[in-house]
Formats: sequence, structure tokens, C-alpha cells
Amino acid sequence: MIEVGQISGSLRKRLIITLIGGGAVLAVLIYLIVRTYATQIAQQGQDSILGASVTSILDAANLRKGDIEIDFPYASFSMLKTASDDRIFYAIYQDDKFLSGYERLAKMNPKTGTGSTFGNTIFKGANVRLASASRTLVGEGLRTELSITVAQTRDSLNGTLNRIGQNVALFGAGFFLLVIILAFWATSAAIAPLARLTSSITRRGPHDLSPVISPVPREMAPLVFSLNKLMGRLDQSLTRSEDFIAEAAHRVRTPLATVRSYAEAMLQRVEKEENRRAMRSMIRAVDESSRAAGQLLDHAMITFRVDNLDRRTVNLSELVTDLVIRLTPIAEMRDVQIKLEAGEAIQVSADVILIQNAIRNLIDNALKYAPQESVVDIVIVANPRPEISIKDEGTGFPNEEMHILANRFERGSNSESITGSGLGLTIAQDVAEAHGGRLSLSNQVKGGACVTFSF
Amino acid sequence: MRYIFILIFSLFSPPVLGQGWEDQRLFSNGTSSQTLRILSNTDTRFFAPIIESFLATQPSLSIDYLVTGSADLYDIFRTSPAEFDVVISSAMDLQFKLANDGYALPLNDIVHPNWAQWRKSLFAFSTEPAAIVINRNAFKGILTPKSRQDLIEALRARPETFKDKIGTYDVRQSGLGYFFATQDARSSETYWRLTEVFGSLNARLYCCSGDMIDDLISGRIAVAYNVLGSYALGRTDAQSEIKVILPSNFPTTMMRSALVSRETRFPTAARAFIQHITDIQADGEKAAAFPLPPLDQTAKPLISLGPELMTYLDILKRRTFIQEWESAIIQ
Ligand SMILES: Nc1ncnc2c1ncn2[C@@H]1O[C@H](COP(=O)(O)OP(=O)(O)OP(=O)(O)O)[C@@H](O)[C@H]1O
Ligand SMILES: [Mg+2]
Repeated sequence: MIEVGQISGSLRKRLIITLIGGGAVLAVLIYLIVRTYATQIAQQGQDSILGASVTSILDAANLRKGDIEIDFPYASFSMLKTASDDRIFYAIYQDDKFLSGYERLAKMNPKTGTGSTFGNTIFKGANVRLASASRTLVGEGLRTELSITVAQTRDSLNGTLNRIGQNVALFGAGFFLLVIILAFWATSAAIAPLARLTSSITRRGPHDLSPVISPVPREMAPLVFSLNKLMGRLDQSLTRSEDFIAEAAHRVRTPLATVRSYAEAMLQRVEKEENRRAMRSMIRAVDESSRAAGQLLDHAMITFRVDNLDRRTVNLSELVTDLVIRLTPIAEMRDVQIKLEAGEAIQVSADVILIQNAIRNLIDNALKYAPQESVVDIVIVANPRPEISIKDEGTGFPNEEMHILANRFERGSNSESITGSGLGLTIAQDVAEAHGGRLSLSNQVKGGACVTFSF
Repeated sequence: MRYIFILIFSLFSPPVLGQGWEDQRLFSNGTSSQTLRILSNTDTRFFAPIIESFLATQPSLSIDYLVTGSADLYDIFRTSPAEFDVVISSAMDLQFKLANDGYALPLNDIVHPNWAQWRKSLFAFSTEPAAIVINRNAFKGILTPKSRQDLIEALRARPETFKDKIGTYDVRQSGLGYFFATQDARSSETYWRLTEVFGSLNARLYCCSGDMIDDLISGRIAVAYNVLGSYALGRTDAQSEIKVILPSNFPTTMMRSALVSRETRFPTAARAFIQHITDIQADGEKAAAFPLPPLDQTAKPLISLGPELMTYLDILKRRTFIQEWESAIIQ
């Protein structure tokens, strides 16, 4: 099981929430600003019409024999027509004397000559907007100030504002929706390199400790840098330990060879059966140790090589024929005959040294576990995929152990009197897997083991 | 019990009870519990069929139909709006002002063309032109005038014939007369020339169209100016004596309108009544069965329901207009 480590929060969630939250705040802000602005413009629209109405009434005023006469045009009121049928009110004052219109309509303290002043008030139970303006009239020996107030209810304005409000709200909602979409898009775009890095590391082979070289965004560079450093150190320590094993095996083998040759010589000279037995088991122990050291060395070499396969085009039949020739002396010592069945040249792309090593171990097993005067069959086929099968006439693999025999240092119950280290099948399997193939063990129906090395 | 009612009634409405109505009729089937009070300036004979058809669908109602002149109507209603449930008048400007000043109850669910209503509270239901009505005898041998211009020429040509024989509204007394006069004056200068001619012929001034048409039929006057064509045509008995002419250049057209008092005691019944009138009047076929002219749906009215109707109601404007009118007509 792989530890995930503690998870606290999610970058994606945090990013999305920040972006969407920001978008929401922006949308509300846009809504408020546009609404306020639209209200101002709509209000200005009403004000300008009210102002024009006031002005048109003021302009129609004149003094006739000391009396004020205001023959204001029809347009003064018709211009105030709205779609919502707003009510209108007006008042005409001379100095502070009420002349005409609606008496209680508030007057906005107009200042002469400064144009219209505007305000809101409640008149006859309705909210009204009002405009006021005044004008000084000068006649014979008379100076009087005329002030006009025109008011209008705000139904049409409110209708317009509601419509604008709705549209702006719709716009804000649309904007917000867009922000949400953008937030998801931006987040996944920002997270993508992280996901890419993760998948490129996950996809690696088990022994690939090479540094990450594909380009990453600046923010991820420190992470990748640390990662690469960590992998470098790991790689180094792995290589070092393999080197160490190889060195150790080598150093053990040489003195063992010396010990063995002395023991052999000694065995010739010892007479006593008891001592001879001791000498023989000593020689066997030395053989076993030597074999183990050799296999360890091979295994270390293989472990190292599978990370950087030296692939070349290899003719399988040639390679196996070569091996058989080299192993023939050993086979002859046991009166075992090796039969090789190979068709035309079968080409594969593989690391020669590894394949040789693997197949040698398999043939070695066949020779070792098969009885004397038997036959070992080696068959090479090209289809459906290149395959080498080695069959012997021995007892075969112990059935219940078959599935663990390829594990490291695992030996079968049938191997008690036979020298070995339990690494042969491990090596063959590692090599097969490094080439994208597999090693399968089985027993033949007529008896005897069958090992198939496939690419 | 009854005495208490009468007492309360008399306490709250002395001005109304004291009113001398031009006409008053109670439409009732005897079993009714609610009495709608309709204040109108329209002759009862124009409204009776509509009211009767309405009561046929509303057996629990009765209607008290009160008739007075448009200017009086305006004053009476303003002083005691709670006394009346429905107000009907041909003076668009005064009706508009009542609605504008908040005396009308908004009726949101009345189905009626938009241009024929204002704020869902004032509903126009007939289109009626102001007409020149002439006595056929007086114009024997003279070309019948087709326009105001023709009329001016005809009158000028025979001042001795038409002296004292012209009738028109006294705009100081009649709300409708004032409305027609101001609208005429607004549309064309011809109005003032016509008024001056009227003045020079010592025109008679009337408060109400009824008297004017009576005098026209009797031959006391030869021309009645700005009378409602519908009223003149309504006198079916006298069509051989009089002739209704719609001035061809710019007919002044008024829309009769109705509103429900904001202080009505029977909003549902009043609303139903308005819906009844508008249903009939907006549908030419239905309206054909009733004496009132229908609402003309074919042409948008020249004088629409809008705030500009209040222009000539302004005291100063009115003073100026009346002064001008008086100086033209009283010579
Ligand atoms: N051809 C075979 N017939 C029967 N048993 C076999 C055969 N080949 C392998 N085995 C069993 O599988 C076990 C594992 O074999 P493996 O080659 O890994 O180890 P080994 O032969 O014992 O030692 P070495 O590392 O020296 O080869 C053996 O101990 C033996 O029990
Ligand atoms: Mg082996």
C-alpha cells in the first residue's frame, strides 16, 4: 500500500472559490454601479423635461398693466406625458403670493437666474419629482419675482428603473456565469502542469530514477528541482549498493576458489572415510557459496542493466545455438542430450547479455534437475510472439511451490541435494519483464518441467 | 331606524340634497339593496338603456342617476366625493383633473384600449364631435356651410338675417363649452374670427346644449355652434327642422369619460358598471343598439387623455382666455 500523506484542502477548490467569490463581488459591484448610473441618467431625463416645462411657463409670463399674465403653451404640459400616465402638479407664485395651480405644492427656494432646482417630495399621497425656477419681471415702477414649480409622479421613471434594474441584474448574472466557467477553465489550466508532472512520474518504470526534464512552469521549478535532487540521491545510493554487492561477490568468489582447490587436493590425500565425508561436504558448501556469489553478481548486474537496456537486433536461434554449444560439455558429463529446434532466423530487439544470462540459467536448471541420460528439448518459435521453451524429462516443478519459485532465493523441495542459490528463475523473470515479456513455468503432461521465456 | 338613516344622510350631505338637479331618475326593481349614485352631465335618455341593460345583469342593484352641467358636476364632486360612486362627463379636461388630483379609484382589471384610458382610472367610452347645427328654414336658398370658414362667410353676407340668431355656449358657465372653445382656439385662428362675427351678430349664450337645441328647433336661433352632434341627432322628432354639420377642416372631437370615486361605497358594483359601459361602447356592433355614439376605434383622437388637458384649466390661462372671449363676443 502506498501512503498518500495528510491531505489538507484542495488547490483546485481554493482557486475556484477565490475566483468565483471575486466574480460574485464584481457582479454585485457592476450591478450597483450601473444601476446607480442608470438611475441618475433616468432622473436627469425626467428633470430635463420638468425643467423645460417650468421654463416654458416662465417664458410665457409678462406684466400687463401691473398684472401678471401667463399664456403658457399647450406643450408645457403635453411634454410631461409619459407611458405610465404620470400625474402632474404645478404651482405659480408671485413673490410669495399663490397665483395658480396647486397651492400646497412645495416651492424649492429657487434663486433667480440660476436655472431650475430639483427635488423630491410627497404630494397628494404620491412621490413626486419637482422642478422650480423663478424669474424677475420688471414693469413700470414694479419689480416682482415669479416662481414656478412643476411636479410629476415617478411611475414611469420607476418603471424604467425596474426595467433597467432587471436588465442589469440579468447582465450581472450572465457575467457571474461567465466567471464561473472561466474559473473552472483557469483552475484546470493552472493545475494541468501539476497533473502532467504527476502522471509522467507515475508512468515511469520501477527503476527509472532519471531526472524530470520536460519543461514546467516557473512556480513548479523548485519542486521539480527538489524532486530531481532526491531521485539523483536515490539513484546514486542504489547504484552504490549494487556496485557493492558485485564487488563483495567478486571478493568472496576468488578466495572460495582457492579454498576449493585446496580441499580437492586434500580429499585425494585423506584416507579415512569420516574425514573424506567432511571434506566432501566442505567442498559442497564452498560450491554453494561460490554459486550464490556468482548468481548474486549476475543478479546485481541484471538489476542495473534493466534500467538502461542496451537493445540491439538479435538473432535468437543463433544466440541459443551458441549457448547450447557452450553448455554441451556439462550436459555430456551428465549424459544429457540437448535438442534444439529452431526455425529460420528469429529477430528480436533485446539486450544480448541479459538474454544469454537468462537462457543460460534456464538450460542450467534443465540439466541440473533432469535425470541422467535424458533429453532436454529447446524450442524456439516466432509466432504469435517470439518464445523460447525449455523442456526436460525430470520430475518437474513441485506443484504447490510453482508460483513462488521465481522469487528471490526461493528453492524448491526437489533441490535438496543439488547446488544452487535460488536466483536463477529470478534472473530469467527479471530479464523477461525488462523486455516486456514474461516467464511462465509449467509441467508437461508426460512429466518434466517446461519453462517458457516469451518476449 | 329609517329616521336615523335619514338623519345621518342629511347630516352628511346637505349641499347635495339641496342641489337642484337638471334631472334625476332612480332605476330600481324594488328588491335592490345597494344604490349606485351616478353623477353625470349626460342626458338621462342617452344613458337609460345602458343602465337598464346593466341592471338586468345585476338585480341586487339600483342606480340613482343625477344630471347636472359639467362645471357644476366638477364642483359638486370635488366638495363631496363620498356622495357619488361613478362620475360621467363630457368635459374631458375636468374629468382629467379629477383623476389627476386623485379623486378616481384605479380599476386595474378593466379591459379597454390604452389610448382611451388614463392611469386605469379614467375611461373614455364615446367619440363625439362638436357640430354646427343649423335651422333648415333659416338657410333656405343659401348654400349650407361645410366649414367654419363657410359659416363666417354666410353670416357676414347676411348680418341682418342672422342678427340675434346665433347660439353658442357661454364658456363661463359651461365646462363642455369652455373645453370646445379652448380646443377650437388652439387648433385655428378661425375660432377667434368666428367668435368676433358671433359677437357682431349679438349671439345668444347658453349654459346647456338642451336649451340651445330647443331654441334652434323653434326657430329662435338659426345656427347653434359647437353643439354635440349626438344631442342634435338625438332629437329625432326635429330632424326636418335642423341639420347637423361636422366642420370639414378640423372637427373638434370629445371623448365622454367615466371614473369611479375613490371614496365609493360599492367599488365592486361601480367597477362592474364601468366594465359594462366600456364593453358596450368599445364594440361598434353592441353600441349600435344604444343611443350613445360608440368609441371610435379607427382613428386615434386628436384630443387625447393627457396632462395637457389641464392647460386651459389654469386660473391665469382661463382668465386670459375668458377676457379675450368676452371682448370678442360681447360688443
Ligand atoms: N527444470 C526444473 N525441474 C524441476 N525443478 C526445477 C527446475 N528448474 C527449477 N526448479 C526448481 O525451482 C527452484 C528454483 O530454481 P532456481 O534456478 O531459481 O534456483 P536453483 O536452481 O536452485 O539455484 P541457482 O540459483 O543456482 O540456479 C529450484 O530450487 C528447483 O526446486
Ligand atoms: Mg537454477
